[in-house]
Amino acid sequence: MTTAGAVASIAVMAAVTFLTRFLPFALFDRGGEPPKVVLYLGRVLPPAIIAMLIIYCLRATSFASPDGWAPQLIAGAAVVALHVWKKNNLLSIFGGTILYMVLVQAVF
Amino acid sequence: MKQSALRAAFPATVPVLMGYLAIGIAFGLMLNAAGYNAVWAFFMSLTIYAGSGQYLGVTLLSTGAALAQVALLIFILHVRHLVYGLSMLEKFRDIKGFKKFYLIFSLTDETYALLSSAQVPIGVDAHSYYLWVAVLDHSYWIIGSVIGGVAGALIKFNTEGIDFAMTALFLVIAVEQWQSYKSHLPVLLGLGATVAGLLLFGPEKMLIPALCVIIVALLLLRVKLEKAEEQTAAPVGQADEERGDAP
Repeated sequence: MTTAGAVASIAVMAAVTFLTRFLPFALFDRGGEPPKVVLYLGRVLPPAIIAMLIIYCLRATSFASPDGWAPQLIAGAAVVALHVWKKNNLLSIFGGTILYMVLVQAVF
Repeated sequence: MKQSALRAAFPATVPVLMGYLAIGIAFGLMLNAAGYNAVWAFFMSLTIYAGSGQYLGVTLLSTGAALAQVALLIFILHVRHLVYGLSMLEKFRDIKGFKKFYLIFSLTDETYALLSSAQVPIGVDAHSYYLWVAVLDHSYWIIGSVIGGVAGALIKFNTEGIDFAMTALFLVIAVEQWQSYKSHLPVLLGLGATVAGLLLFGPEKMLIPALCVIIVALLLLRVKLEKAEEQTAAPVGQADEERGDAP
């Protein structure tokens, strides 16, 4: 990607992120009720989107040989297990990532 | 006056300090591994200021995603911000001008959690307190990501696999959502639609069709899902507040 392309991409990310934070104030700061369907999507979309992004992160997974799927599976399971067990965001994220790095660099 | 607001705000932000430094450092390292140095990390953290958004941004930059796709994905990823904003309308109502602009801009998951539950000490100006919480959190995030970017450039270690931090972050969010949401239908729908999108359209074009299917299906399932919500009678927004995602 060119430098200009990257700058444009970052500008879009910043503008759209701000838009999502600003919209409620732009639309409803003077009173008025948000449409029920918007509130509904605001509640049910997040878990579906996170699930979508997990699959997206794992899109390069290949089942041709164990090194294409085993590191993701082992490290992913470790993240989930650590988080269910300790409920510590940092421990889960860093523990899983370091395990994954060891697996792809030294084991598989 | 200002100083006492800062002194009152700082202790409340210490947990965020730890979290943002760590997640910010991982972001800086990932971005560096993708070919963008600490200057890029600084500007992304200054202007975007969203953890999951910037993690996704690393992938969007390194795959050269089209601007329209960038806009759509970042928007959908941040739909939850709409809920945060709605619950802060009252709190921010009397704040004016640039202060209000900045408080809205900096309304990350963690800052939202701190401000929505804030107990402003007696004698401290509430608006200054909110502003300091927001400024401190933002600065932790910027500092963390710059440290990561610089460390990635200075310390030459094998960063292969560091991008798994993004997968891990989303997995952590998913675990917390799984535990706080009564209906798992949205999660399963998200998984199913995206796997189908991957198989049918391939890794480059999977997201938009998956997203459309997810939204249409959620709208069709509205009656059923709202019934499930009523049975649990969980207050709106509580699940989001407790998720503890990066900014």
